[in-house]
Amino acid sequence: MSAIASSGKAAVAPAPKPSKTARDRTSAAVEFFFRAEALLVYVFLFLPIVIVVVFSFNGTSRNVENWQGVSLRWYQAALADSSIQKALWNSATIALINGILATTFGTMAALGLQRVHSRFRLAFDALTYISIIIPEIVIALASLILFATFRDIANPILATVQIGPGKPFHIQLGQWSIIAAHVLFNTSLVLLLVRARLSGMDRTLVEASGDLFATPWRTFRQITFPQLLPAIVAGFLLAFTFSFDDYVITSFVSGPGSQTLPLYIYGQTKQGITPLTNAVAALMLVLTLGVLLGGQYLINRQGRRSGLGDDNPIGLPTA
Amino acid sequence: MATDTGQPAQRRRRASLLTAALLAPASFWYLFLLVIPIALVAIYSVGERGEDGGYLPGFTGANYQIVFDRPAPFILSLELAIIGTVLCAIVAFPLAYFIATRVTKRKAILIILLVIPFWTSFLIRTIAWLTILGPRGIGGFVSDLTGQDIQILGTPAAVLLGIVYNYLPLMVFPLFVTLERLDRTLLEASKDLGAARWPTFRQVTLPIVWPGLITGSILVFIPLMGEYVIPSILGRGKVFLIGNVLQLDFLSSRDWPAGSAKAVVLIVIMLVSITFYLWITNRGRRGREVSVL
Repeated sequence: MSAIASSGKAAVAPAPKPSKTARDRTSAAVEFFFRAEALLVYVFLFLPIVIVVVFSFNGTSRNVENWQGVSLRWYQAALADSSIQKALWNSATIALINGILATTFGTMAALGLQRVHSRFRLAFDALTYISIIIPEIVIALASLILFATFRDIANPILATVQIGPGKPFHIQLGQWSIIAAHVLFNTSLVLLLVRARLSGMDRTLVEASGDLFATPWRTFRQITFPQLLPAIVAGFLLAFTFSFDDYVITSFVSGPGSQTLPLYIYGQTKQGITPLTNAVAALMLVLTLGVLLGGQYLINRQGRRSGLGDDNPIGLPTA
Repeated sequence: MATDTGQPAQRRRRASLLTAALLAPASFWYLFLLVIPIALVAIYSVGERGEDGGYLPGFTGANYQIVFDRPAPFILSLELAIIGTVLCAIVAFPLAYFIATRVTKRKAILIILLVIPFWTSFLIRTIAWLTILGPRGIGGFVSDLTGQDIQILGTPAAVLLGIVYNYLPLMVFPLFVTLERLDRTLLEASKDLGAARWPTFRQVTLPIVWPGLITGSILVFIPLMGEYVIPSILGRGKVFLIGNVLQLDFLSSRDWPAGSAKAVVLIVIMLVSITFYLWITNRGRRGREVSVL
């Protein structure tokens, strides 16, 4: 690279000098520094992921750092463990329902916001950005206060209502409160993704469709929706993985029987990392990455087929 | 087509009904899971603790008094958030510059490689550092090397490492976006006019990436102020930040009014520091623009 850089410079210079100038040498040094830094950062970012996956195959009986050959025993143990199964089921259910709700609400809001006064839109946007940027723990404790207040008001009332035999209905925190709290952040996320797509959309097609006497619904179904689809799918994938991986909000608003995988893993680390924890963690990594990369692949294929361009929707919604 | 020829007033009403319906679910969520909960936090913060950890209505400043009596977690959080943001910027800038100056295809690969760890479980990636820094990892290696018992886990350094590790992409992305827009001919022009590297960086590059740097700093700083997973895992309970205090107040000692007061203080610190930061950076920028002219 330094050779290319300096030869390029030599071609520009009126008279090629036999020795490199000081400037060329600094250029090469700076380029080398950038390369080395980037390489180090990428190693830094991927090292922990590699460690988790590698150590999950450790055949050791207890101590995680003692390497005793490659084995799948901890995967077998993880999949046979009933509390892990339950946690996996909880996580998947919560993530799926959250993903569907947030994607629907976020897409609807993005479409609705096009049709309102800018003053209302500004207020709405403020709430969207606040819900995304505010520390998760603030959302978590505020949601906990809300749900607990709701529960404490509702339960005495419910206790007086006797429907059918048995104990009266009783509200507890659980999956519903986790989903409700996750949907807030994820609706904002989907809203921003879909709106970014909407603003980059070709309006002439919508106008043409109107000129051809299509009903608004048909225009939406045949023109707008297919163009928004990549952003909607990306929004769903991000909402799903966020919810699947979330620890902070979930730990505050979970209830009896609603333990998720991140809660399980966090609980395990109190006793130190075991190969079992690593196996569960590796399974989680594979699941979320699989969902994201699989979705990305589908979006790209769909984009190529319909000629709508293959942007990278798993980029950040910011900027 | 019947509606098209129908009364305009009726059509307008149907259109605004549709708008309302489209916005209803998100508005409901914003109102009931953002505005009202935060209002409840403010109300709880002046209330009193119930016997079994609940909330008793009241109007007292006692919960805020606790914050000022024991400000250590707040000061430490602020310190670590500032140092963490600066470290992220220092590490992110060369990387963002490197990515932005690659050819398109390589650029896409490098960005995807940055996105992948960012979207894989935060918790798991942080836990992985326990093995790396632990007594059988780097911590043990350093101890063997120096012959002393050196613990990396449980120190602010370990927490800072976890912070830079987790928040770095949030700094790289906005920097990358602004650097990508950087017109290379400006750099050439500056060079042709005889400016050395450093003045070119300071007078051409920096003003252009300034907005990206500000966005990145805010994206890193705000969530960082409330961080509690990293200090509890890598800090081993010895590095005590606001997030840890909030977690204790709400989930262990169940003193919700006290916790609410701390949450309000956290929100106020964030608002004040961002306003101050934007004010300072805008002022500094205006000053520099004048000096360039």
